[in-house]
Amino acid sequence: MTGNRNIVIEALLRLHVLACLIFIFAPILGSFVFSLNSDRFPSLPLGHFSLEWYRLIWEDPFVWSGFFNTVIVGLCVAVIATLLGFGGAYTDYRYKFVGKNVYLALALLPPTIPVVIMGLAMLAFLSRINLSGSTISVIIAHGVMCSPFAMAIIRLRLSQMDPDLEAASWNLGGNEWATLRHVIVPFARPAIFAALFITMAVSFDEFAVAWFVSGLNETLPVKILGFLQGQVSPGSTPSARLPSSARSR
Amino acid sequence: MLSLPLLIWQLAFFLFPLLFLVALSFWTVRNFQMQPDLDFGNWERILTRRAFWDAYLLTALLATASAVLTSLIAFPAAYAISFKVSDRVKQWLIFVLIIPFFTSYLVRVYSLQVFLSDAGIINAFLGFFGLGPILMLNTLFGTLVGLVTLCLPLVVLLQTFSLNFVDRDLVEAAHNLRCGRLRTVLMVIVPSARVGLVIAALFAFILSFGDFVSPLYLGGGNPPTLSIMITDITKSGQQWPRAAVVALMMITTLLTVAFLAIQFAYKERGK
Repeated sequence: MTGNRNIVIEALLRLHVLACLIFIFAPILGSFVFSLNSDRFPSLPLGHFSLEWYRLIWEDPFVWSGFFNTVIVGLCVAVIATLLGFGGAYTDYRYKFVGKNVYLALALLPPTIPVVIMGLAMLAFLSRINLSGSTISVIIAHGVMCSPFAMAIIRLRLSQMDPDLEAASWNLGGNEWATLRHVIVPFARPAIFAALFITMAVSFDEFAVAWFVSGLNETLPVKILGFLQGQVSPGSTPSARLPSSARSR
Repeated sequence: MLSLPLLIWQLAFFLFPLLFLVALSFWTVRNFQMQPDLDFGNWERILTRRAFWDAYLLTALLATASAVLTSLIAFPAAYAISFKVSDRVKQWLIFVLIIPFFTSYLVRVYSLQVFLSDAGIINAFLGFFGLGPILMLNTLFGTLVGLVTLCLPLVVLLQTFSLNFVDRDLVEAAHNLRCGRLRTVLMVIVPSARVGLVIAALFAFILSFGDFVSPLYLGGGNPPTLSIMITDITKSGQQWPRAAVVALMMITTLLTVAFLAIQFAYKERGK
């Protein structure tokens, strides 16, 4: 690119990128290795290869119930967040109105609020309207947190659309709904699918807010949090590790 | 109207709960029951407590350290990705950096525990060279490792995107004017990418400020950070109003920091 290259510096930079990647991926790869290792607290040298932990998880009803909760929540959240996000993205793309900045801030801010605070606010609010401690409360909370991602993805796609397409559709006699159904949604379809998957992934992985509001209907990440807290074999006395949300009024 | 569902949802389930938190902070707890009230007792109790301010300072310090450290580690990587590699490698690296967002942070932290513990991977490795075990788990160092793990992929990506927007002709011009390599980076590239770099650091600060997993499971949770405080208070019963006070202090701090950072990012260059 630029005229004066220095091989040493470039090599060092590449090495640094590699070091960063190792730093980021060592824990991820580590968890794979540890899961196949016989020791409970892995250390060097590693124990022998074992699928024992997978068998334990496979046979653990608590893990399964958590898994089903996670899947149900994830599917509902993906649909809700994508619908909401599509509406938001189209609004931002199509309309100009007073207070649009406020609208956008409201729509996009949730991911910047620390999850602990979101969790507390959700728990306090939802228990007040008697919705806490259920799967629905997790869906509501995750809907708030995931819709900005859906909106961003779909908005990005809409910005690639030729603005004349909409006008053309109107000229050809399509009303607003017909235009939406036959022009905009088909154009945004890849982004809509991407949004469905991404919001589901975000919901799958979210543990903090879910931990606050889920009560007895824990999702899988919440159970993992419990394992981490207890450092005990999966499945033993999960009730001892429940947050107060389970006992909330 | 398509705009309404999102608006209603976010008003009802995002803005309203946060405002409710404000109201909650003035409530009182009697006989383990929360009662609507306008009482400054919670604020007084929390804000006059030494332990709160210790936690506040610790949290702010950790978040600042994490933001600075992550930015410094990320910058050479982002610089290399943006300027020094071919487009194909660039795309590939960006793809690889997105992967961590789809892995569980909790599992990563658990894995880090195994790496950092006294009998863990790193100490065993050091042991081969006769170096004594270094205490890493349950220290501030452990917490920082976790926070940097959390923030690094995002910060590298944000920095890379902002560096991609730096005008390549400017860099060329600096070279032609015999501006040194390091000086080009510091005087030309960093200032032109300032907005993105500051925003990236801000995200690292926000993420680290609110995270309770690293301080708890890698830092040992003692002394507690503000987010650990919130989970502790919430877990241990009905003192939610006090937890609300801590949460509101956190939000105020974050808003202030975000405001200052954005002011700084968009400040006119020069004076």
